Amino acid sequence: MTQRFFPGLLIATAVLIAGLIVAFAVGRYPVGFGELFDVLWSRATGGAPAASEATENVILLVRGPRVIAAVLVGAALAVAGAAFQGLFRNPLVSPDILGASSGAALGAVLGIYFSLGVIGIGLLAFGGLLAVAAVYGIGSALQSRDPILVLVLTGVVVGALLGAGVGLVKYLADPYNQLPAMTFWLLGSLAATNAGDLIPLAGPVALGTIVLVALRWRMNVMSLPEEEARALGVPTGPMRIAIVAAATLVTSASVAASGVIGWVGLVVPHLARALVGPDFPKLLPTCALLGGGYLLLIDTLARTMAPIEIPLGILTAVIGTPFFIWLLAGMQRNWS
Amino acid sequence: MTLAGRDLTIGYSDRVVGRGLDVTLKQGEVLALLGPNGGGKTTLLKTLLGILKPLAGEAQIDGRSLDAFTIRDRARRVAYVPQVHNPTFAFTVETVVLMGRTSHGGLFSRPSAHDRDVAGRALDEFGIAHLKERPYTMISGGERQLVLLARALAQEPQFVVLDEPTASLDFGNQGKVMREIRALAASGLGVLFTTHDPNHALRTADRAYLLRDGTCLAEGEVKRVLSSEQLQELYRAPIERLVDSGSGASAFLPG
Repeated sequence: MTQRFFPGLLIATAVLIAGLIVAFAVGRYPVGFGELFDVLWSRATGGAPAASEATENVILLVRGPRVIAAVLVGAALAVAGAAFQGLFRNPLVSPDILGASSGAALGAVLGIYFSLGVIGIGLLAFGGLLAVAAVYGIGSALQSRDPILVLVLTGVVVGALLGAGVGLVKYLADPYNQLPAMTFWLLGSLAATNAGDLIPLAGPVALGTIVLVALRWRMNVMSLPEEEARALGVPTGPMRIAIVAAATLVTSASVAASGVIGWVGLVVPHLARALVGPDFPKLLPTCALLGGGYLLLIDTLARTMAPIEIPLGILTAVIGTPFFIWLLAGMQRNWS
Repeated sequence: MTLAGRDLTIGYSDRVVGRGLDVTLKQGEVLALLGPNGGGKTTLLKTLLGILKPLAGEAQIDGRSLDAFTIRDRARRVAYVPQVHNPTFAFTVETVVLMGRTSHGGLFSRPSAHDRDVAGRALDEFGIAHLKERPYTMISGGERQLVLLARALAQEPQFVVLDEPTASLDFGNQGKVMREIRALAASGLGVLFTTHDPNHALRTADRAYLLRDGTCLAEGEVKRVLSSEQLQELYRAPIERLVDSGSGASAFLPG
């Protein structure tokens, strides 16, 4: 474990750049490295590219939005995961701990059930925010001496209820049209991403990430036991609300764009901590770079491995599970 | 400056732990809080830190209610050294000590160069500068206690409140921590600590405060308060006193 910032950041950046190059180059219509550089360069400088129009379309219109979405979603889930893990002082926590994903899932399947169209479904997928607000409200109303534990348990219980709601809607759905759409959405995919989807994704992700980055040092202190954090001068109640709200916003936006993609928010923060240590000012940028690169590589696999698209949620689980067991084996003594 | 509790009723919304408690800690002195398990030591500590609100009465800094201070201003006056615990994340020792500087910076700020200087001096003070880059999870219990002391010092407070600073430490480290507590008082800080060992109070503290079942049994200069009779009443258990015939210094043995 090096815990050096710049080498760690360099590795994370390298993963992202490798992911970008592979994602643009590989696919049913292969694009050479030279062509990719040529198109991007001419776009940046305003000149005419030497590459064919078809190549330009593949890069800018087909793969471009999907690549950007993958990077944003991966970065968002990793940053939110790191924030929740710190806040709950538990390295096994993922961004859906407070019901953000299950709330979004219920919203989306309802949107599909009532045939609301892409925008309606996307908006309802922000139901994750409502779910987390409900969990937070109930958790605070219960007034315990261990607010964190109550919050986590409330999240589990409400998440289970929302899961039952998803089950009910799927049970009632039309099995030929709606059910496949729901299943596909719940497994996560970026296949349908176009340029118009990027703004409702990038806006909330940027806003939430800015808040988290601004509070980066306070997040270190928030990962200490409640009483210690307060004795160090941090008002833990308002600070927790700010961090939960920002991380939930980021999670909801990415779930709305891509469906439910597990594991990224759990695995990537571990990798990032192994590279640069748990200090949030270093951890957050590393998580963003690494998460973006990681999901980009997985999404590239998802669209190229087989003749049909493989749902992202399945791939992240297949790659994430053994990877996580390996992590556990190597880091039992401390959760760095 | 003083850190004080005036006619405090302490406890939680569903349970009163202690009543009628008056306690005063001046700068430059060491006050030891003794008493059996469940007697209210930790609750009193938390109340004086402002972590727990008193059910009645008032905790004060210099005669002003703790409620009149923001949580940040309070942290710049009173530092807390919790019992050594296993942390979740492997922050470096330097980062842990820098967290003591949190109340000196703005909401969005990171530790400045000045903060690093102060943290560095605190590490030097306790002779643990060589641990700076080590993960806090990978050092010994005694070293962790010193790191938490350095963090409290980096907070630049007027008072330090310690919860059983010598529990779970070996004999040598107990002595080391007690010497450091004396040094903190000598540098002008007011120090309050809880302990299960009357000998630690005898060796380190100026005054002792005996707490049983949420009421104050006795309070005053250690040599006067810590007698066999008093301690037997405090713990409801037989206690033997050993006296060195040469110096007149004494120590207590349980049983």
